Amino acid sequence: MLKLGVPSKGRLMDKTFQWFGERGLAMARDGADREYAGSVDGADLQLVLLSAAEIPRDLAAGRIHLGVTGSDLVRDRLVAWDAQVEELARMGFGQADLVIAVPTFWTDVETLDDLDAAAAAFRRDHGFRMRIATKYHRLVRNHLRHHGVADYRLIDSQGATEGTVRNGTAEAVADITSSGETLRDNHLRPLADGLVHASQATLYRARNAAWTDEDRQTLQRLKKRLGLDA
Amino acid sequence: MTDLAEKAEAARFLAAFQAAGAQPVETDILQPAETLLDLYGEDIRGRAFTTFDPQRGEMMLRPDFTVPIVQMHMAGGADDGGIARYAYSGQVFRRQEDLSDRAPEYLQTGFELFGGDDPAAADAEVFALFHDLLAPLGLRIATGDTGLLMAAVAGLPVSDARRAALLRHIWRPRRFRALTERFSHRTRPRRPAPSNSPQIGLRSLAEVRARLAALNADADEPPLDPALVGLIDELLELHDAAPAVLGRLEDMAMDMPWIADAVDGLARRLDAMTARGIDVAALPFETAHGRATMEYYDGFVFSFRAPQRGDLPPVATGGRYDALTRVLGSGRAVRAVGGVIRPALTLLAAGRGASC
Repeated sequence: MLKLGVPSKGRLMDKTFQWFGERGLAMARDGADREYAGSVDGADLQLVLLSAAEIPRDLAAGRIHLGVTGSDLVRDRLVAWDAQVEELARMGFGQADLVIAVPTFWTDVETLDDLDAAAAAFRRDHGFRMRIATKYHRLVRNHLRHHGVADYRLIDSQGATEGTVRNGTAEAVADITSSGETLRDNHLRPLADGLVHASQATLYRARNAAWTDEDRQTLQRLKKRLGLDA
Repeated sequence: MTDLAEKAEAARFLAAFQAAGAQPVETDILQPAETLLDLYGEDIRGRAFTTFDPQRGEMMLRPDFTVPIVQMHMAGGADDGGIARYAYSGQVFRRQEDLSDRAPEYLQTGFELFGGDDPAAADAEVFALFHDLLAPLGLRIATGDTGLLMAAVAGLPVSDARRAALLRHIWRPRRFRALTERFSHRTRPRRPAPSNSPQIGLRSLAEVRARLAALNADADEPPLDPALVGLIDELLELHDAAPAVLGRLEDMAMDMPWIADAVDGLARRLDAMTARGIDVAALPFETAHGRATMEYYDGFVFSFRAPQRGDLPPVATGGRYDALTRVLGSGRAVRAVGGVIRPALTLLAAGRGASC
């Protein structure tokens, strides 16, 4: 049976259920609120509730056939992501931008070009490379390499990243923002060309999963119901 | 996994390097991450395996031998102006950031030459050694010289700030081009004012002000003559048999007299190669060879590839890296040139290999 991984809690789960529900596929979580199992009404699908952060890994390993998660997580966690999964639908919610941001009072730094020059001066003055706090290591590193930014280092920050500058553990951040409010509250400002990735919840197909003929037919029917067969 | 044939091939090259006068040396597989990160920047994290030691902190599985060998040489007696030759062979480890089937672990056998006061002769000695060892394989040879571009930049009539910015991005063609473009047009007058937003973090308001002043000075600087940018572009595009490139460079040194020493260095290297039996008339030369991929080489560079196998990494690469010895030698520097062979790939090129 086709396995569909969806986020196991919060707004992302609610919006996912809503998205499928609007397309005639009623989904529900089974039993008690803390039970991580779910069911789908009227389709030959097994619902697997997972942490959104683990869905990329389970897609890559082929443990689930389909999965809903943020495109930021897929692109950061999976090497050559598009060889491992196929984007079936961008679902139009969970939008968040991964941006590189610096303290607002750095009026000399508006672009990545400025950041690179400031990083060179910082390294000369302080004896170590400018620290950028993030949890999206691969995405940010690739973006900065592509733009030829040098003399920085990435500091791992799994939460409250916007606070790292004020706390003196980083000079800049690369973090997810939807409204920019948290950045502003922490006296940070995104660079003009600092958008690393515009993320949203996305339905993926695992290329590496075991796809039987029956699974393929189920997927075709599902895509039709979801209006994705164009 | 390294197999027996690969090990035997590595032993053969190591013996040849020893026969050429090199002292065999070994280095640790676990290297302090900090040194490699300082040298290569954050990019190395995408290419090297990182691990952690509770006492020593972050460590990397040796991504190459050059750094530990330079450190060993500089820590020893790098003072006497004499020549030291080292040979080594062992595994290096490279993380793959794509789904290619390139090996994450393979043998590398190398030869490094430190010191001396005749870089042309040392370049020729190392190149001839690799050339002769690899000759039976019929590989495609490429040579170049990063020192020509560095010399061209060093003499440009620009402010020290602009010169430093260009030299810093010698190995990043995209950013280098963006800089020459910007410097040759009058910069848009960008004079951002200080702000009264709270000063957070380690970078101080004084540092922000210093850079604002630098931006203002840059906006006031006259544009770099586009004809000079054109000459640099032309220098970077030279790709021909070595004597033809040399002739063209000698012409260009009329317009950029500050590259004359570097051009003369190329002429002396070609003479030294001829003295070692290399047919320089047929030797390909490309000024920008290896510029984006062979970071830290600041002079002569060379590579050998299997002609029908463009999908494979080079069989052998090498070059001159004088500046690296200064970075790793805390201010002291020696001349250094060397190269490495991947025995698994010489086996493949000879039609005897199992995989890459």
